[in-house]
Order: sequence, then C-alpha cells, then structure tokens
Amino acid sequence: MNALTPHVAAHVAAQDAGRALVSLRDLRKSYASAAALDGVSLAVARGRIFGIVGRSGAGKSTLLRCVNLLERPDSGQVHLDGQDLLTLDRAALNTVRRRIGMVFQHFNLLARRSVADNVALPLELAGVPAAARSARVAELLSLVGLADRAGAYPAQLSGGQKQRVGIARALAGRPSLLLCDEATSALDPETTTEILLLIRDLRDRLSLTVLLITHEMAVVKAICDEVAVLERGRVIEQGRVFDVFTRPQHPTTANFVAEVIGTTLPDGALGRLPAPQPGTQRRILRILFAGPHASRAVISEASREFGIDLNIIAGRVDAIGGAPFGVLAVAADGPPGRLMQATAWMRGLGLAIDAIDAIAAEPAALAA
Amino acid sequence: MWLTPAMQDLLLDAANETALMVLAAAGIAIAAGLPLALLLQATAPDGIARHAAVNRVLGVVVNAIRSVPFIILMVAIVPFTRAVAGSSIGTTAAIVPLAIAATAFIVRLFETALRDVDRGLVEAAQAMGATRLQIVTHVLVPEAAPGLVAAITVTLVSLVGYSAMAGAVGGGGLGDLGIRFGYQRFMPEVMAIVVVLLVLVVQGMQTLGDALVRRISRK
Ligand SMILES: Nc1ncnc2c1ncn2[C@@H]1O[C@H](COP(=O)(O)OP(=O)(O)OP(=O)(O)O)[C@@H](O)[C@H]1O
Ligand SMILES: [Mg+2]
Repeated sequence: MNALTPHVAAHVAAQDAGRALVSLRDLRKSYASAAALDGVSLAVARGRIFGIVGRSGAGKSTLLRCVNLLERPDSGQVHLDGQDLLTLDRAALNTVRRRIGMVFQHFNLLARRSVADNVALPLELAGVPAAARSARVAELLSLVGLADRAGAYPAQLSGGQKQRVGIARALAGRPSLLLCDEATSALDPETTTEILLLIRDLRDRLSLTVLLITHEMAVVKAICDEVAVLERGRVIEQGRVFDVFTRPQHPTTANFVAEVIGTTLPDGALGRLPAPQPGTQRRILRILFAGPHASRAVISEASREFGIDLNIIAGRVDAIGGAPFGVLAVAADGPPGRLMQATAWMRGLGLAIDAIDAIAAEPAALAA
Repeated sequence: MWLTPAMQDLLLDAANETALMVLAAAGIAIAAGLPLALLLQATAPDGIARHAAVNRVLGVVVNAIRSVPFIILMVAIVPFTRAVAGSSIGTTAAIVPLAIAATAFIVRLFETALRDVDRGLVEAAQAMGATRLQIVTHVLVPEAAPGLVAAITVTLVSLVGYSAMAGAVGGGGLGDLGIRFGYQRFMPEVMAIVVVLLVLVVQGMQTLGDALVRRISRK
C-alpha cells in the first residue's frame, strides 16, 4: 500500500476527504527512540464514533494529536472536512482548532477557574462577548448535567464530574469533531459507562463525529461504530466494530476481543462431562453466532445432521451496537471425520469457530 | 519612651528608607522579572516558543548575577548606578543594585512557579486554538499565581536583609541605623528596636504572603 504513486495517493486522499470528516494519509512520526507512527492511514466518516485501540506505546496519543496538529507528523497528510491542515499558518490553524473539541484523560481543567469559567475559556479565547458567553455556558452545563455546580472549583468535583466539565468545555465552540484521549481511563467502571453514554448521547444530539483512543476494548464495544487497532505505529486491523469483534483477523485483535467476549470455562466443567464414547474424539469448540444465524438452532441441527454429540459447557449472549451475538463453548464428541464435516458446515453458515482444546485442557488437567 | 525625640526621628527616617528601598526594588524586580521568567519558560525545550539560544543566554546572565555576592555586585556596578541614579550614594542609588539582584533572584522563582503549571493545561489551551499570548495571559500566569505570590513574598523578605547591606554605600535604612548607633555608639536599645522591627516586618510579610497564597489557590 506504500507503493502508491504520489499521483494516485493524492487522488485517493481527495476521494477520502470528500466522504470523510477526518482523513489521515500515511502519517509518519519518529522520536529519537523509534517510530511512533509508521504509515497510518484512516478515514473517519461524519457522525461516527471511531475508536482507536492499542496497547501502551502503540502510538495512539501521537496519532490523535496529529489530527489537531498538537503534534506535527514528519510526513503524511491530515485533512479535516476536505481542508489540508498541514498547509495552514498558525492563525488559520488556531481557527480550525476552535472547531475541534478535545477531551483529556486527566481532564486538564484550570484549578483556579470555576466550572463555569473553565467552560467559558474557549469562548473567551475566541472573543465571544461576556453576555453570549454566560448564556452558552449555562446551556453547556445543563447539557452535561452540571447546571448546579457552575460555581464549584475543579478540586471540589469527582472525576466523573470533572470529565463532564471537560466535555462541556470541548463542546463550547460547537465543534464538528470531538477528540477523546483516554477520556475514561482515570474513572471507575460505573463512571466510565456514564461518561461513554454521555458521549454517545451528545454525538446523537449534536451530530458530532467522535475520534477516541483507548486501551480498553470494552470502551470500543460500548460506543464505537468503527475501530482501528494500532500496533507499533501501524493500523493492523480496521472495520465496523461488530465485524472486528466477531471476526478478528489479526492475532493481536483476537486477544483484545477475547478480553471482552472471551468464553472462559467454569472451573471443573470439563471434568463433569461424561467420558467420550470409545472410537470418538472430543474437541472443545468456541462458536460465535452473529448476524442472520444468531437465532438459528444450529447446535441441534449439527448434532442431527452429522450424528455427533454437542454438549454446551458455557455460553453468553451479548450485543454490540444493538446487534446481537452469542458465544458458546461446546464439547463435540464424534468420529474425527464427522467432527470435521460438522465444523466445516457451521463455518459455511458464517459462524466463527475456534478449537480451544489447548485452553480447555488446562482446567481439566487441574481438575484431574 | 526612653528614646530621645531626635533618635525617634532617626528611627522613623530609617524605617522609611528601608521601606522605600525594599518596595521600589521589589516593584522593579516584579515588573522586569515576570516577562523575563516567561521568556525563559517559553523558550525552554518544552516551552511554547522554543528558542535554545535565547534560553541559554538569558539563563547564563541570570545565573551570573545570582552568583555574585550582593556586597560585591553593589561595588561592581557603581558606574552603572551613577549613570542611572545620578549618584552612587544614598537611598535612591541603593535601589539600583537591590533591584538588579532581586530581579535575578525572582526570575528563577517565577520560572519555577511557571514550570509547575501542568503541561496538560497548556496543551488544552493550544487545542482550543489559543495564541501564545493567550496561553500566557489565560493559563500560565493565572494558574501560576499562587506560586508567583509565594515568590514575591520570599523576594520581599530577602530584600529586607539585602537592604541592610545597602547601608554600606550610604543607603540608609534600619540596618544602617542599627550598625551606626547600636553597634558603633554602644546604644543596645537602638539595636534591639531595629532587630525587633525587622523581625516584625519580615513576619508580617510572610504571614500576609502565605494568607494570600492560601486565598487564591483552589487546590
Ligand atoms: N514527546 C515524545 N518524545 C519521545 N518519544 C515519544 C514522545 N511521545 C511519544 N513517544 C514515543 O512514541 C511511542 C508512542 O507513544 P504514544 O504516547 O503515542 O503511545 P500511546 O499508544 O498513546 O500509549 P499509552 O497508552 O501509554 O498512552 C512510544 O514509544 C513513546 O515512547
Ligand atoms: Mg496515550
């Protein structure tokens, strides 16, 4: 993909820019130690919540900071709404930045300004008159549910409240794009959910586009529409969240996904299964039901069609972005040839199937 | 009162001279020190207007002044003092070296206070599209205010001490009075009054400064 000629690359960039609110092309950024970004291209469509997930040091913050040019890439292109940001001078860039909200992991509120004055800061910087400012601040504070804390100082607020102030402040200039750098990583799980739902709600109400980075797949699952997985400065996988969760292509992605939708077997579950019949083989399978087959009676059908025993060991049903999916761990007993036919048939229906014998063997060994 | 009226007048004059030296030098030091400290901070490697050469030169000059003992600085800059104050002797003349020493002193304290402002706040302001001047006026200075006030307090207290030394070039003031009457003319009660006055002034300044810092910080 790096073999694109400059002409083609420019054409592609222009096309992306037409559709997407944010379009990043072949961003590279190196620090003395190593490359933080090693050729990243992304397009974020309008109105989407786009998640960038990756381990610590993968380059997530660097990437996000390239969008409003807090960090200038060594090379590559950054387009916002079709505008090439890297060609702007300082004043023009400041004007663009006023239309981009940014929310930070550690809130970055001014300690000596009240809640209202913190939210008013971007308006002050933009030269909005005092009267218009206070009206807008009141509106923003009620939008994030903090109308009653206008006079408080950041030190008097909980983490979740501080982040609400951070979000209100980010929205002050009516941005079309909201950048969130680990916006919930300093918060407890319940507050995290609260803030994530707030962000999604605001996206819906204000038709925002949100680009958020996180190291938690749970955040992606909770609110993102699309996700890109970043590893060592490269995008290793990208797509609709449902697809990436249900059919991860890259081992790193599979690991991330397993954290959220992995089926862990109950302790001793395998020991309690009846011993397999002589002449049969036992495979432990993880079956992921998604899409049109989620509700089909696949298990009983496979059992009937192929004459094998399928014992359900563990299972759960969940939803990503409103789309249901289920994960089952089953012990499949049968002649080896039949087992292969059955798994092939299920794969043919679009189910994702992994043999997890190796993983399953461990608790069994412990139980024995 | 066991002081003669003449002595009371001398004491009052001396107190006024000390107040004049300290306040004038502090005023100049604050007015010159804040822009210099902002320049140092802004031109630092992680500052908002990186400039290695400016940062280096300014840092070296400030350190050079700070490393010269005040009594030597006073003598060394006599020609400059004469050019500025018209004379190298007297209270007004003493303000010149005091102001220079206090400026070099307060620049470093101010710089530390400014550096203590969380980098994330500057970044947040940049992300909002703040100009560099706006970052200074809306973020750096107001957020550093408690630290800046503490720096001013320390400088005022130090200036009280330095101003006593300025008596050596005829600067007058309480320190000078204490030496001339209390020590050289064996009037221990004058020395005692001078010492008590200085202690009270320093205590008062420190207490006021601390109270102000507490009042304006919202941590
Ligand atoms: N200012 C900098 N100077 C030197 N190296 C840097 C700088 N910023 C980032 N890096 C390096 O670039 C790489 C990517 O950093 P980045 O902060 O983008 O990672 P991240 O994915 O956000 O990690 P985390 O989840 O820990 O925040 C890291 O190896 C980091 O050490
Ligand atoms: Mg980061």
